[in-house]
Amino acid sequence: MKNLFIRDIKAGIKAGGAIGTSLLFFISVIILSPFALGTDKTLLAQAGPGLLWFFALLAVLLGLDRLFQTDKEDGSLDIILAAGDFSSLTVMVLVKSAAHWVSTVLPLIAAAPVLSLLLNPAWRQAAALTASLVLGTPAITFIGALGAALTAALPRGGVLLAVLVLPLIIPVIIFGTAASVALAAGTALQPLYFLLALTLFFGLVGPAAAALALKFTAE
Amino acid sequence: MSLPAPSLPQSWWRGLSRPQRFMQISARLLPPLGIISAVGLAAGLYLAWAAPPDYQQGLTVKIMFIHVPCAWLSMLCYTMMACSAAGILLWKHPLAAIALKTAAPIGAAFTLLALATGSIWGRPSWGTWWEWGDSRLFSMFILLLLYCGIIALSRAFDNSRTAAYAAAVLTLIGFIDIPIIKFSVEWWNSLHQPASILRKGGIAIAPAILIPLLVMAAAFTMLFFVLQLLAMRNEILRVSLRALQQKLAWEAEPAAVDEPDTIADNGQDRETGL
Repeated sequence: MKNLFIRDIKAGIKAGGAIGTSLLFFISVIILSPFALGTDKTLLAQAGPGLLWFFALLAVLLGLDRLFQTDKEDGSLDIILAAGDFSSLTVMVLVKSAAHWVSTVLPLIAAAPVLSLLLNPAWRQAAALTASLVLGTPAITFIGALGAALTAALPRGGVLLAVLVLPLIIPVIIFGTAASVALAAGTALQPLYFLLALTLFFGLVGPAAAALALKFTAE
Repeated sequence: MSLPAPSLPQSWWRGLSRPQRFMQISARLLPPLGIISAVGLAAGLYLAWAAPPDYQQGLTVKIMFIHVPCAWLSMLCYTMMACSAAGILLWKHPLAAIALKTAAPIGAAFTLLALATGSIWGRPSWGTWWEWGDSRLFSMFILLLLYCGIIALSRAFDNSRTAAYAAAVLTLIGFIDIPIIKFSVEWWNSLHQPASILRKGGIAIAPAILIPLLVMAAAFTMLFFVLQLLAMRNEILRVSLRALQQKLAWEAEPAAVDEPDTIADNGQDRETGL
């Protein structure tokens, strides 16, 4: 499993696609947003956490349809499916999601404080936003893994994947943005606990459901 | 859906899974069910028309007689789909796959109607068409998105077996939303009123309003079953028609295979011949 983790991260870097492109997309849309919303400083400061959360979500979703595709193309997915039972398959999805998160989402989170400061020059908000992203984005990856498993049998499942998982991701966005605002303002931390609960819940349910979907749709 | 011959020992469960048997039973059930739902709808609409107006809301309260049954049915339909999903994953029941596929558009229609009538009702009584902060409105909207996702997924695959499995997994995960819809008005206080029928402390509606509402709800439930049975029969016919077309295309001359007109004509003849 450790080998799978390292292999996936290496593949993500070597493909040249995933990491660089997602990060570039994330940075570009954030820089574009003042052109769309106008340069009013209070408006941008207020919209900042929501915008960053929203674009992080889009950037993660864009790369997720490749989660099982590469394995499917070189045949290693079939070997894993044939060899593994349900629980080892679940662990496999969990490890692959973790590798995807480290290789694709972590660079976004590293860039997030700088981008947050561009929209709103307040260190406190930048730190709060980064913390909420670290705690919340794994949930997006886990739900996305389910979407990737459901659409793995399709040749071009990217947009369908996003449509399928977005309703499930809505709570993550709500509590993610609320948590970053609450952290920055120093008020009640309930949204943060909810966000953490969502990450843990989907960390369990997402890979299990994805394993189920992979197992059944491969038959 | 390719429908394999049942291989397990015969039981009523397996017997019912044979499409021919289902076609026979549903053909016998449909006329009485259709009459009951038509009479129920007529009676419910008359009772709703005759019901006294609300002392605060006036006549707009009558939107409730459409709105509440639609909302109930949207959740009942999803619950039924979740049961079908379990039937697909646990027993590979072929009728469950058909039921899941055909119920999704019906459920989406009920959800859309509930949202639309709720919006029309909300304008005079709350002063707004839509409120983003309201958890009940929001979770119903998520339900509509889930229905759309299931419709898209169950029609995205060439292989209907794969489509059924994928849609079943998505339906089961999306079922999280149903208890959230049910309890949203209790967990988060907002514009939408809390439950007044299935609640602790008994029913909180006057009989003059409650009876028409229950009649309408029963009629809508019958209507749902009629629509669902019709849709399932339609799907079975469509599948067997396609199987016939493929068979004819195989048997035809190799040159004729590439001409869609010939195949369609054969299919048409076969359909009218049935």
